[in-house]
Amino acid sequence: MQSSLTLSLAPQTSLTIPRSQGNSIGSLGFASSSKPINLRFCGLRREALGFSSIGQHSASHRVRAPGGRADKIVVSASFSDNGSPPKSFDYDLLIIGAGVGGHGAALHAVEKGLKTAIVEGDVVGGTCVNRGCVPSKALLAVSGRMRELQSEHHLKALGLQVSAAGYDRQGVADHANNLASKIRNNLTNSMKAIGVDILTGVGTILGPQKVKVGSDNVVTAKEIIIATGSVPFVPKGIEVDGKTVITSDHALKLEFVPDWIAIVGSGYIGLEFSDVYTALGSEVTFIEALDQLMPGFDPEIGKLAQRVLINPRKIDYHTGVFATKITPAKDGKPVTIELIDAKTKEPKDTLEVDAALIATGRAPFTQGLGLDNINVATQRGFIPVDERMRITDANGNLVPHLYCIGDANGKMMLAHAASAQGISVVEQITGRDHVLNHLSVPAACFTHPEISMVGLTEPQAREKAEKEGFEVGIAKTSFKANTKALAENEGEGLAKLIYRPDNGEILGVHIFGLHAADLIHEASNAIALGTRIQDLQFAVHAHPTLSEVLDELFKSAKVKGHVSSPVSEPIAV
Amino acid sequence: MASPFVSRALLSSTSLSFSSSLSSTSLPPHIRSSSSFPAKSPRRRVLTVRSKIREIFMPALSSTMTEGKIVSWIKSEGDILSKGESVVVVESDKADMDVETFYDGILAAIVVPEGESAPVGAPIGLLAETEEEVAEARAKAASKSAPSTPASVTPSPPPATSTTAPAIAQTPPPAQPVSDGPRKIVATPYAKKLAKQHKVDIESVVGTGPFGRITPGDVEAAAGITPSKSVGTNAGLNVAAEPAPTKPATPASAPPPIPGSTVVPFTTMQAAVSKNMLDSLSVPTFRVGYPVITDAFDALYEKVKPKGVTMTALLAKAAAMALVQHPVVNAACKDGKNFTYNSSVNIAVAVAIDGGLITPVLQDADKLDLYLLSEKWKELVKKARAKQLQPNEYNSGTFTLSNLGMFGVDRFDAILPPGQGAIMAVGASKPTVVTDAEGFFSVKSKMLLIHLVSCLDWKKGFLRMCHVHFPCFRDAFSEVNVTADHRVIYGADLAAFLQTFAKVIENPESLTL
Repeated sequence: MQSSLTLSLAPQTSLTIPRSQGNSIGSLGFASSSKPINLRFCGLRREALGFSSIGQHSASHRVRAPGGRADKIVVSASFSDNGSPPKSFDYDLLIIGAGVGGHGAALHAVEKGLKTAIVEGDVVGGTCVNRGCVPSKALLAVSGRMRELQSEHHLKALGLQVSAAGYDRQGVADHANNLASKIRNNLTNSMKAIGVDILTGVGTILGPQKVKVGSDNVVTAKEIIIATGSVPFVPKGIEVDGKTVITSDHALKLEFVPDWIAIVGSGYIGLEFSDVYTALGSEVTFIEALDQLMPGFDPEIGKLAQRVLINPRKIDYHTGVFATKITPAKDGKPVTIELIDAKTKEPKDTLEVDAALIATGRAPFTQGLGLDNINVATQRGFIPVDERMRITDANGNLVPHLYCIGDANGKMMLAHAASAQGISVVEQITGRDHVLNHLSVPAACFTHPEISMVGLTEPQAREKAEKEGFEVGIAKTSFKANTKALAENEGEGLAKLIYRPDNGEILGVHIFGLHAADLIHEASNAIALGTRIQDLQFAVHAHPTLSEVLDELFKSAKVKGHVSSPVSEPIAV
Repeated sequence: MASPFVSRALLSSTSLSFSSSLSSTSLPPHIRSSSSFPAKSPRRRVLTVRSKIREIFMPALSSTMTEGKIVSWIKSEGDILSKGESVVVVESDKADMDVETFYDGILAAIVVPEGESAPVGAPIGLLAETEEEVAEARAKAASKSAPSTPASVTPSPPPATSTTAPAIAQTPPPAQPVSDGPRKIVATPYAKKLAKQHKVDIESVVGTGPFGRITPGDVEAAAGITPSKSVGTNAGLNVAAEPAPTKPATPASAPPPIPGSTVVPFTTMQAAVSKNMLDSLSVPTFRVGYPVITDAFDALYEKVKPKGVTMTALLAKAAAMALVQHPVVNAACKDGKNFTYNSSVNIAVAVAIDGGLITPVLQDADKLDLYLLSEKWKELVKKARAKQLQPNEYNSGTFTLSNLGMFGVDRFDAILPPGQGAIMAVGASKPTVVTDAEGFFSVKSKMLLIHLVSCLDWKKGFLRMCHVHFPCFRDAFSEVNVTADHRVIYGADLAAFLQTFAKVIENPESLTL
């Protein structure tokens, strides 16, 4: 205990903490923290903060706009005062990119008592909030309802009568846009409220611990996190005009609902858009380079999903083909798509459609970051990092004080994964080693019904089992047996558990069915916390709820070992 | 430790087996003709009559299942199967189940591909016993998917004299070189799905959509079905085109719905009825009525009723006996060029069931005795009620009987079902004053046929036999009306047939022989 105190103290004394956050939020947060190590650290910090706050008034070398912390413009005069690397910093932590990853890191950093700034070159919220998860959920909420209202069979089974459901395109588009701006404001306010400086402009790394924001504002920070995210990837040969050949960025604005749209790529993005477009009356043609649709999913789930989400809908598909050339509609001609065989490269077909959506994945966005200044070379565009998100340079050495989270590092291109990585980095820089277990990060596809997953797919698990010499168990339950699902007349669905029968470890869980995205967290939490199936089998689920699907799933697993750890003592009340 | 709880079926691992032998006589005509096509198998024994090609049927996995969807074919065409092996996974309304084969053989052809549905009892695949029969089975499968294409859509090719023509029915013909390069067929995804579903040859459909593409509407038109209503109303999209976007654009032909009206889509059965009714419009029919005195017939019925004989069986038997003497009335015109004489007399009887209509068939009604026929009929009605009729039990009729007598209808005429030559509509018997041979007037009741058959209790949804007895005086009369296809059955034929039928009814002793 003593040693940990000194260790914590050493770095703190070696540098000047510029100033407190001007309030005690950080300190309060620590006081309520339940982790002993942080409490100790915190106690020391409080004193350090006390000192620095005196310094703020006596020797401030920062000119601050009258608006105070709430103002975005923070001008720093520190550059001339300091050599390189600077001895004192404007910030403890500077985050480049105010997307979901940067936001998550900023919030956690403030909670940890770090003076934090976040740089945004575009709009707060990044892809997820403005051009991704958030507006697409608005469209999917509409498509889900349209689907229900159009399914006469479904309504009839419930005894409902609805005549001719219709929609107003502009109204739907406005809903998506309003949602995005609302979430964007929430995000901005949540950061302002706790004193995160939001610096507007493109962030460029000038050297170690030094970043230029915009054209002439140079900021120093002890630690820097790159969280610049990604942009839609458009393969070459495809001409995006934003009208008839579009990416998800355009599609989310829903400026037009084509009669027939080709979707290039059948991953999450493509699938979700197929759900939206078919519900709004479009016909969809998928173009997938791999031999089967939905390549990222567990094969069994993918197969079922195809049966429910593709086959009965107005969708057809071409698999094992590349779209080599896509020409937007012009001069009275439709959009043309030239397909070649993915293997033989022979021309295969030419499609004529009303629109094409390019959903071939996302490419990291690192433009203008100044990676050359610190000798970092991207790999396939991604910034190379180790398991602690520390950036490695061209020679494979760690770059000190520099981290990269989120889509830009390509480890797991999901908003919540970025946020989790950011929190992990903040934990490390505040003295607690932390490695994020990516296998515990759930993923979801918000089709109707939804698909969700965490951990390994069955083939991955079997491969791992082969290598490490253990057995793999599979358990499955159907939504058809769940009371709540049947009450909703949504019995289509399957939950699948991949586990180790010898010790009850969960290797992966895959769910396809009503509210699958909400159901996955019981499994992802169990993986994150290392809870074993034999313990989960005793957990109680409210009846009748969809969560009983997972209850059934865990109960149907056959674990051979004894109960590994007793359930914690019940508390008498 | 290969996890014994892993089952291939999603919910349960119940396996069912369904397979039945096809005897060549029970094959519908179109299959028969193609399987015996001599040109098909030049090196094989032409004399072979019995080939062991079995159909794999869509099984009834639950009592409520009317159709099933093929989830996946575990075996592919050409795979060798052994008895008890799982061949296909079928999804019912309850679960996904593996279906096993009862026989060893080779999976020669998959008739219903993955993802598609088939009614219970419909063949979904063909099982050949030996390699040599695989080709024959494939030809059979090919002909199976072809026949329901409406004649208007696919102009039938000239009679094939070359030896290769029919065998390659499965593969689409190579693109015809046209002056400006190969003409590309552009059809929307849904149009392609509909074409497959309704067995419309997409190549023959003329596209009316943008850039000449084939739209779902084009396929529906080609299939002769009324276009389904378009999905959703995209009012906003029409802003540019229409100054007043509040009015949703509706298809031009459809009149605006009356406020408050509800639109209830057809069930599968109703859609099938609708399609058949429309198809019947292409057949030039005519109608001939005939009064039949039913006193003797009624008396006979009273006598045999305690023995379990039903009125339907009696009528079917009577019709069958008359048909035997007038084979042309039992014939049909399938292609507009030929008489198709049927070797069996199969009487289809129209039965109303919950929300629909079905025609269970009394096969070989001329050969079976009354008691067997009655048994058979009861069994068919039970199956119809449970929606478990096998296709050959409702689509193998050669002549149809329809009776509304029990509702007091005194006369009506029926619509001729496609593929048959004639249908008989039977009205209620009523007491009528007639002059007898001696010139005396007497009160007779026209036709018995009032007693007819089975009707469905609409409310409860189950069928029950109801015998409606109308008060009869001396003679009962009934008006019998036959609708027939004039391409093959002429007025004199029908008149002669009705005369024979009346004779049978009026002297019903022969029915019990």
